[in-house]
Amino acid sequence: MPLTRDQVRHVATLARLGLEPGDEEFYADQLSGILGHIDRLQRLDTEDIPPTAQVVEVASRLRDDEPRPCLTQAEALANAPAAVDGFFRVPAIQEEA
Amino acid sequence: MRGVDWEVVIGMEVHVQPRTRSKMFCGCAIAELNAPPNTHVCEVCLGLPGVLPVPNQAAVEACLKTALALNCEIPRHTKFDRKNYMYPDLPKGYQISQYDLPMSINGRLELGERRVRIRRVHLEEDTGKLVHAGDKLHRAWESYVDLNRAGVPLMEIVSEPDLRSADEARDYAVELQTLLRTIGASTADMERGQLRAEPNISIRRAGSDELGVKTELKNINSFRALHRAINFEVERQKEVLESGGAVVQETRGWSEAEQRTFSQRSKEFAEDYRYFPEPDIPPLELDRAWIEELRAALPELPSLRRSRLAGQLPVGLANAIGADRELADLYESAVAKGAPALATANWIVNEVAPTGKLTSGANLAELIRLVDGGAITRDQAREAYLESADTGRTPAEIVTEHGYTQVSDESELRVLAEAVIDANPKATADFRAGKKQALQALMADLRKRAPHANPKAANEVLAKLLG
Repeated sequence: MPLTRDQVRHVATLARLGLEPGDEEFYADQLSGILGHIDRLQRLDTEDIPPTAQVVEVASRLRDDEPRPCLTQAEALANAPAAVDGFFRVPAIQEEA
Repeated sequence: MRGVDWEVVIGMEVHVQPRTRSKMFCGCAIAELNAPPNTHVCEVCLGLPGVLPVPNQAAVEACLKTALALNCEIPRHTKFDRKNYMYPDLPKGYQISQYDLPMSINGRLELGERRVRIRRVHLEEDTGKLVHAGDKLHRAWESYVDLNRAGVPLMEIVSEPDLRSADEARDYAVELQTLLRTIGASTADMERGQLRAEPNISIRRAGSDELGVKTELKNINSFRALHRAINFEVERQKEVLESGGAVVQETRGWSEAEQRTFSQRSKEFAEDYRYFPEPDIPPLELDRAWIEELRAALPELPSLRRSRLAGQLPVGLANAIGADRELADLYESAVAKGAPALATANWIVNEVAPTGKLTSGANLAELIRLVDGGAITRDQAREAYLESADTGRTPAEIVTEHGYTQVSDESELRVLAEAVIDANPKATADFRAGKKQALQALMADLRKRAPHANPKAANEVLAKLLG
């Protein structure tokens, strides 16, 4: 089922992507192609195959609860576009208008 | 719709910070609340490219212990997922959480008669902290981000909507706190944000099986606030429905200053988070033998212990002592050393709980014998207790060293009482004129002159002389 322009706009908004005029149709086509391919894969019989979220056949290791040195504050903020008093500075986020 | 009987339906989401030294997926130490901003961060929790998160074993262990204590099933396969949303307190643009294969499912917590089903207990990571600044007049707002808290482990304990009142919701949160402390999974201090309760609240006509539209409450920092916020929200929803309106599904914040809830943001639908499996962390295959070891090592759970204590003590005392593992351990070890149950329980609730200072069961048993036998006064016993708790020395040694003793001898007390009567002619006259309260002033003077006097015996002698 092809994606609608509204769906493309919605996903772009969630991902904070700006779309140019005409982009909605362009991406709707491309993404519909990908979803169509997934639909084809869905038709495979996987009855006897255990579900997996990973292609590498390892189970996760756990890490010992040992603190290690972190970055300094200056290092942490070195790449920030804006910083003040040890904080990252970002545009206003207001909880309540 | 007026005059309708409403039933309150509450489910709880509780976030708990497990007791660990380092973060969930990296080795940064857990910061104190007053640490300077961005001093406990590294490439992993800042979300820099090319890093690999590795789960913290102690956090997994705390989550498993909690799940086992809540009678959950631990599935064979579990994994982490990415929960995607954009917010400046989330440096990666997603939170590592668990979606369809959580660490544990299908548990329960008994609250007296009420059985609360636990849907799941899973692990995730905390976000950073935002500080808002600016001035309203010029609308020049900006926000500051501190990522010390980003990546701190969190367990999320989700209940089914089985609670029916603000009282039950509070009892549930208190019981969870007791349980988490008893098993050592978390210090669960609400004021320090280690336990955050978020009730989901809806109301429906009594007798209905359908759930109403719910709201979720945040910003709750104490059990008292939890209780008040729920009661406020229930009344608000009743007013909306009874005036013909509809409750909007949304997240609402509790304002402690204004004692009300206010709309924060409309709830995003689940699919908006676009969960998908975390590609950087392989699925977990937890060692079943390890899980059984953890199960076997769980201490006696609070509900069991309380019912055992209730066989020996009045219910109020049993609950007060049963709510704290250290107090309950002290009580039982003192009683095992021969201390009388009731006097020991009273001492623990009145003298030990407020100071938080603990001594051994043997020392407490000895102390109770000294007070009960009349050898020392209660004030002296209090001093001796604190000193014993601080130094580990026995109360008998301390009492001997300080020369603590209690005067109960009637002839000694009579001399004292006569001196007090001579020194307080007005109070004496008042008492003889029928003002019974005047005796208290005389007793106070007597105890000031002779702190060692047995208060009960002195009171009797004084009353006899005056009468």
